[in-house]
Amino acid sequence: MTQWLLVGLIVAATTGGDILQSLEMKRHGPIDDFAPKGVWAKIVELGKRPLLLYAIFLMAVSFFSFMLLLTIADLSFAVPATAASYVLETVLAKLILREQITPLRWAGALLVAGGVLLLAV
Amino acid sequence: MNRMPSQTRILTLVVILSNVLGNFALSLGLKAQTLAAASTEVWPYMTPYVRAFFNPMVLLGVALLILWMLSRMALMSWADLSFVLPITSIGYVISAMMGKFFLGEHVSPQRWAGTFLIMAGMALVSLTPARTVKQPV
Repeated sequence: MTQWLLVGLIVAATTGGDILQSLEMKRHGPIDDFAPKGVWAKIVELGKRPLLLYAIFLMAVSFFSFMLLLTIADLSFAVPATAASYVLETVLAKLILREQITPLRWAGALLVAGGVLLLAV
Repeated sequence: MNRMPSQTRILTLVVILSNVLGNFALSLGLKAQTLAAASTEVWPYMTPYVRAFFNPMVLLGVALLILWMLSRMALMSWADLSFVLPITSIGYVISAMMGKFFLGEHVSPQRWAGTFLIMAGMALVSLTPARTVKQPV
């Protein structure tokens, strides 16, 4: 029971965090300077975006719940069980982020989700 | 895969490897910690959960997952969420392989089928453009 509550918390936090993160990074625009100095400046700059901070908070919630889950369940249970966020995130990417989910991309996302479910068997 | 720009490909690889290796190190560290919890007397006032953070494998895992978070953030700055998710899902497959080869877990026919589906799905998504929306949402 505890493990499924944790899975629910992880899925909700992961989905929320990813949507916010994708939204903010889209607003920011492409990052292509990967020199150490540029990277640090970029981290400092990104740290001033509130939505990104919320996203990181949600990722932290997801991360610590995942660690807690790993102490009571196997990795081969934890990873596939938390993959329910997949379909949810693709739907929200279309509705909130207005990404174009072409039939090809839907097919790919559904195959991946099906594959992850099979891994859980 | 050929349509993906090389920058996207390299960063995708970093995202995938840091995630898989990070999770693997965490799993190893936390399992060892659970086993050792009863006999450890170093910090008796700490709960096993807190003590786990001082395990070297756990620290390595945390470092790799920080790298994962930053590289994924950079990838998301120019690629769709609905692109990043399926593409990086190959991590599940690699996790299953590592479970088989390093932890001695059994990979059933269903798991191999799942592996195949994930790879097929990833191949399909890699044929779509990484970005489908204009900059400000």
